[in-house]
Amino acid sequence: MSVSKRRAILSMPARYAINGVLMILLVVCLQALTASGALTGYYTKILILVGINIILAVSLNVATGYLGQLPLGHAGFMAVGAYTGGIFLKAVDAAQASGGQYVFYVIAAIVLSGIVAAVFGILIGIPALRLKGDYLAIITLGFGEIIRVVITNIDSVLGFDFTYGASGLKRIPKVTNVLNVALCIILTCLVIHMVMKSRHGRAILSIRENEIAAESCGVNTTYYKVMAFTISAFFAGVAGCLYAGNLGSLQPGGFGFMKSIEILVMVVLGGMGSMLGSILSAGVLTVLPEALRGFSEYRMVVYSAVLILMMIFKPTGLLGDYDFSLSRILERIGIGRKPQKKEAAK
Amino acid sequence: MKRYNEDAKLVPVPSTNIIPERDVDKSPILECRHLGIDFGGLTAVDEFNMAIGRTEIAGLIGPNGAGKTTVFNLLTKVYQPTRGTILLGGMDTAGMNTVQVNHAGIARTFQNIRLFSKLTVMENVLIGLHSSMKYRLPTAILRSPAYWRQEKGARERALELLSIFDMQDLAEHEAGSLPYGAQRRLEIVRALGTNPSLLLLDEPAAGMNPSETAELMENIVKIRDTFQIAVMLIEHDMSLVMNICEGICVLNFGRIIAKGTAKDIQNNPEVIKAYLGTRKEG
Repeated sequence: MSVSKRRAILSMPARYAINGVLMILLVVCLQALTASGALTGYYTKILILVGINIILAVSLNVATGYLGQLPLGHAGFMAVGAYTGGIFLKAVDAAQASGGQYVFYVIAAIVLSGIVAAVFGILIGIPALRLKGDYLAIITLGFGEIIRVVITNIDSVLGFDFTYGASGLKRIPKVTNVLNVALCIILTCLVIHMVMKSRHGRAILSIRENEIAAESCGVNTTYYKVMAFTISAFFAGVAGCLYAGNLGSLQPGGFGFMKSIEILVMVVLGGMGSMLGSILSAGVLTVLPEALRGFSEYRMVVYSAVLILMMIFKPTGLLGDYDFSLSRILERIGIGRKPQKKEAAK
Repeated sequence: MKRYNEDAKLVPVPSTNIIPERDVDKSPILECRHLGIDFGGLTAVDEFNMAIGRTEIAGLIGPNGAGKTTVFNLLTKVYQPTRGTILLGGMDTAGMNTVQVNHAGIARTFQNIRLFSKLTVMENVLIGLHSSMKYRLPTAILRSPAYWRQEKGARERALELLSIFDMQDLAEHEAGSLPYGAQRRLEIVRALGTNPSLLLLDEPAAGMNPSETAELMENIVKIRDTFQIAVMLIEHDMSLVMNICEGICVLNFGRIIAKGTAKDIQNNPEVIKAYLGTRKEG
């Protein structure tokens, strides 16, 4: 018997094209919604926050869900990205730039934030990833706090105003809008997906599954741990930059331990190792506190209760390790699969 | 990397070879000299001298706790030896780690199965083929032709390897959901994916019924013949060991007590003593 149980009739380029069209459609819809004024400022703000949290959750999922480690310093990388982006945007005065230059500055800020955060990811990852489990959690927690404290205390370097310390970095050009958040989400998911469905991604998964076996298969575990950690930090930095461009001012206090936990909760609730799960739960957990505003002071109680109930009744998270696959959906509705293989597969 | 040198400053080793005739004119794939390891004050393995021919099937047997798996862990550098030298194809492996030793040509399976159980059978084998693919991270992200070419090649190779055990139809199954015997076979396939010149099997027949064991025997010989590699196995199933191993090494309390062909071993009084004990005098 041939082994083409999963070989779809639909060719790879065709599936990429369908995915591409869907993505473009999503961006166009969002753009139309905001441009036409159908969404008020309040809803736009929430939408952007949801988007930023999606990037944070999806990026943390690389280190927790795929690599199987438990870093608690994600907010630290976000802070590095946010301050890098904020300082850069202020320095080049992006608000005054025109047309093409403006677009260039925004892209440069986002990429730069990611790169600086990734460098921090490597620096912290190399020593931290020698440890495992709770030890790793504590050491990354420490590093996250160190980043926050350093940002608070290097208000001026060599006479230049730098982070403005505890008083906060203010008047950052507000460059974040629904369009660039949507594009960043798509790029984040795309890049992470492409990495995970390659030999590098499989190496990362093999470390989660069994580190000793991974080594005996010739997988350089240290290298791949640092790689996963760095990818995770890079996109946290991107999210940080968008966060800075959204708020227009940054306070180091906003990147504390609680922020890291908040992101971790999103990943755990969505299901570790499920990208779609991270996206959904980031959405739900960002909207939930807003939707519960009617309960005023009880809203955090409800929020916590939702988490507790979730962990009792579905400890693997919303989706477990299920992930979205276009080909699988097409197969289910009968487009992608050769019909006679169905019985054989059972 | 130090090259193996006949007149290196090593204490001459007493004849260690149990190499079959067809391999004698070639240098051994593996040579251990005075290999030993201490855990604290406990000497787990000592004076382990052994050589394996290029296409030999060698057996490592001994009572429980004799140090057989420790020898495997020394060879794959899970433990760094306290004493002695391991020469792999004439190359000194001192200072190498597990990954480097694997790249140099040693692959192994584990006594307690260590599969990537949440991944599919195909993915397990592809991880074994990890080092055979060379494309880098940007290539993967951009999905350039090199990615497609190498992934396709690796998938075909994986199916080829799975077909040794007739497992190609299980490719999309979750590895952890396979029956026990199939999991053991998958571990061998995964190890073969790393393109070894020496395959270490730690109790490959454990938990298998006699017919499965018989099939496994055939397959081990088949693997040796097709890939032209050396196989070293730890096994308690004496029918398997005596039937397919050309050279056997018996270990007790961390020391080699006998070496030779199946016939030599069966008649060796030391071995009988180690396995059955001695009759109480009087």
